[in-house]
Amino acid sequence: MTAENKRKDMNIPSQQDSQQLVSQPASQPVCSDVIIIGGGPAGLAAAIELKRLGVADILILERENEPGGILRQCIHDGFGLVRFNESLSGPEYAARFIDQLKELKIESRTNTSVLEITPDKKVIAASRQGLTTYQARAIVLAMGCRERTREAIRIPGSRLAGVYTAGVAQSYLNLKNIMIGRSVVILGSGDIGLIMARRLTLEGAQVKAVFEIQPHANGLPRNIEQCLNDFNIPLFLSHTVTNIKGRNRLEGVTVSQVDENLMPIPGTEKDYACDTLIISVGLIPENELSEMAGVILDPRTHGPLVDENYQTTVSGIFAAGNVLQVHDLVDFVSLEAERLAASVAGYLETDTLLSADFTPAEFIPIEADQSIAFTVPQHVSGQADFILSLRVRHPFRNCQIVLLQDDQIISSVKLRKAIPAEMIQIPVKSDDLVSREKITVVLEYE
Amino acid sequence: MRQTYDVIIIGGGVVGSAIARELSRYKLKIAVLEKELDVCTETSGRNSAVLHAGFNNRPGSLMAKFCVEGNSGFDRTARELDIPFKRTGKVVVGFDEEDLAGLKALKDQGDRNGCPGLELIDHNRIKELAPFLDGEFALYSPMTGILNTFTYTIALAENAHQNGVEYFFDREVTGIVRTDQSETGINRGSPEYEIQTKSGKSLIKDGLSRTPYEHFRTRWVINSAGLNADVIARMLGNSDYTIYPCRGEYSILDRKLAPYLTMPAYPVPNAKTGGLGIHLTPTIDGTILIGPSAEYIDAKDDYASTQSVMDLLIEDGARIFPPLQANSIIRSYTGIRPKLVSKNMGGYADFLIEERDTYPQAINLIGIESPGLTSSLPIARRIVEMIGQKEYLQSNPDFDPHRNGILCFKDQTRDRQRSLIQSDPNYGEIICRCETVTRAEILAAIRNPLGVSTLSGIKVRTRAMMGRCQGGYCQTRITELLMQEKNLQPQEVLYLRNSSNMFTGRVRDI
Repeated sequence: MTAENKRKDMNIPSQQDSQQLVSQPASQPVCSDVIIIGGGPAGLAAAIELKRLGVADILILERENEPGGILRQCIHDGFGLVRFNESLSGPEYAARFIDQLKELKIESRTNTSVLEITPDKKVIAASRQGLTTYQARAIVLAMGCRERTREAIRIPGSRLAGVYTAGVAQSYLNLKNIMIGRSVVILGSGDIGLIMARRLTLEGAQVKAVFEIQPHANGLPRNIEQCLNDFNIPLFLSHTVTNIKGRNRLEGVTVSQVDENLMPIPGTEKDYACDTLIISVGLIPENELSEMAGVILDPRTHGPLVDENYQTTVSGIFAAGNVLQVHDLVDFVSLEAERLAASVAGYLETDTLLSADFTPAEFIPIEADQSIAFTVPQHVSGQADFILSLRVRHPFRNCQIVLLQDDQIISSVKLRKAIPAEMIQIPVKSDDLVSREKITVVLEYE
Repeated sequence: MRQTYDVIIIGGGVVGSAIARELSRYKLKIAVLEKELDVCTETSGRNSAVLHAGFNNRPGSLMAKFCVEGNSGFDRTARELDIPFKRTGKVVVGFDEEDLAGLKALKDQGDRNGCPGLELIDHNRIKELAPFLDGEFALYSPMTGILNTFTYTIALAENAHQNGVEYFFDREVTGIVRTDQSETGINRGSPEYEIQTKSGKSLIKDGLSRTPYEHFRTRWVINSAGLNADVIARMLGNSDYTIYPCRGEYSILDRKLAPYLTMPAYPVPNAKTGGLGIHLTPTIDGTILIGPSAEYIDAKDDYASTQSVMDLLIEDGARIFPPLQANSIIRSYTGIRPKLVSKNMGGYADFLIEERDTYPQAINLIGIESPGLTSSLPIARRIVEMIGQKEYLQSNPDFDPHRNGILCFKDQTRDRQRSLIQSDPNYGEIICRCETVTRAEILAAIRNPLGVSTLSGIKVRTRAMMGRCQGGYCQTRITELLMQEKNLQPQEVLYLRNSSNMFTGRVRDI
């Protein structure tokens, strides 16, 4: 046991603890202009940009003992190509922001878990120093996402040791120095699964195959190349795990081909002996706190419904990063959070963002056709330029994404290829809007 | 050879633990032998966690008698053992005339069994009681309640332990010999048995192999081995019974759906299947269970879920509970009923509790299936009575019926939470985010009085890792705490049973 943990368990307050041990009474909340929930890439970028824009009173609440979020366990490189024009590891990418955070003297409270957010922007958080109520003028939701589990996708079979989500496996290997198994099957071609295929191989495990239920890969092409092809790890599309076998530790899995409705085809079962199954079947934005504050979610993204200012359906509560929509690259998370910061700064000037005569009912809805999985934002006021983010449901070649209003084309972008693994971003100017009617996003292909 | 016990209980399920607790009221030297690494790992921990009222069982049966008795006494038990319990009431809903006839028969049976307050209610009353349920009419039972079967069994075991009962885990009983008889069968005195146990742990520790076998001597043997009660009974010369494993699958729904269901909702039972039908049950912890199916299987340890039943649960559940959707499922599990009736016979046999002259002071409890959870304490009192008929039981003056559980931070008011953190900063560290479990609770679970050190042991004592992310956030940090506290290497961390090793070792030696 480390000295630190011993101290904790014996209830001996550290110096830092005893300085702050005088907890404030429940009736007097700690006030801040902006409270950012989460010190991962979105929270960090939002905080720094807000400070640059002249917002002085910012507080980040982070449950881990240091900021950086999921980047802390991403020891592979490839981060920062868009944002910094160089390839960084996750911790290096995070360090760029954490250094600025220190330089700009932005306050962040680590080891602090938010328990509740109220619609009037009170935040209740627990830490070893006590239970604190904060009152913010604006809140930035930056909680990121969680992994979908074996249980959520209801794989039949036994419940036993040896089944890990890719992120949990990554945390064990990279943060805890714990090896999870020796012979591995991976379900799902999401990026973290691909990264773990390489990581486990490099640590001496035998990765037998990656199986993907969709007829297309869900990870980025560069990860398929660098993490699977370079190590001769086969990827089987239109396949899924249909049984988990063993009693105590995993002994093997049954894999089946699936039909066009993603249903297993009887007779195609094949058994793979393995002691480890890695599940990499998607991420879900973590919005339990948002819902407590009354924020309405989009069932497609599982993130809040937002306008072009990244403002949720609750005035003064904003969202960016993976809590809003699952991104492909962290660079886009940072950029999105920086755009959000500008909106929050604008909001703080008058405690509203939109012209006084605007009512929420007047939002212009954005609707997408069947080929498009979702759009963010889901509605706009029409008062500001914005970037429309979306993902396609299936891969397309030589296609065009067209934004229509009143049957008129207000914007369009041609793409040589569009794949579900990559987020597509289309800049839209408010001047391009021709009316207050709904905007329709259509994918046209040959 | 260990010293001689007065009573050895085989099996640390809810019944074994209740017997241990009730016997600890007397001056007896008692031990519990459990083949797994914790209490409540099989049938006792894998059911609907409902405190039944007793209308499902045949009038005059032990099941009916014990169930009604166990139900009425439970408020006091819950207070003594500091466990959460709620009398939610329950509805058995029907849709057609045949169902109505079944409900009337059920009410009649319940009335004869002495279940208080049973009522036949109409559609409007169903909607008043449970607005999101469907059904034309229902039997309403106000006495039915919900509890956490892990917490209850653990509480019984901990209370027994604090009153002097010794728990031995990882001791599978492999043989029982009556030692007070000479080879020619002539008794040398009062009955005495020698029980051989086997450990499933790796036999090589510190380079030395050790024998996996141990021997325990006892004057009384109580066979409450659940699924293996027939195997143990055979060791006691009773080969008359066979346990037929009948698997039931469940799924657990996200707590977001909890506001839609306030009480258990059952269909009208089909007498033939030997189960109560696929029903919905709110848990005391704020989720909802759906299940169980009923499927006779060959193996007593096949806890696998199947695709067809997982699909069926959603389909059947949505019939009486329309808000149910596939994506509300956060986990599935299965349990196995130790049935005394085969698939062809169907239905229920009564609980069997017997002591034979050929093996005096050896009591077999066989076929303790539903309502075994509700009946656990009355069954235990029956065992006390049976022993008391043979010998004078002297009260244990130090017996304390009260036991304190792990305080649940999430359930406290904000003011109480505030003062908890001030008294122990470990309450300020949230380890499991979905279920809001603090470091203080995890540490209390790791330091549990029974000495259990599996990951699952922490899970069932705190609800950590039981939420919608299934440990995605907290499992790594709980593992780390467990390793620190118990001084374990990664390869020694077990999920639930022997050989359920979570890890193969370090990535790099340190």
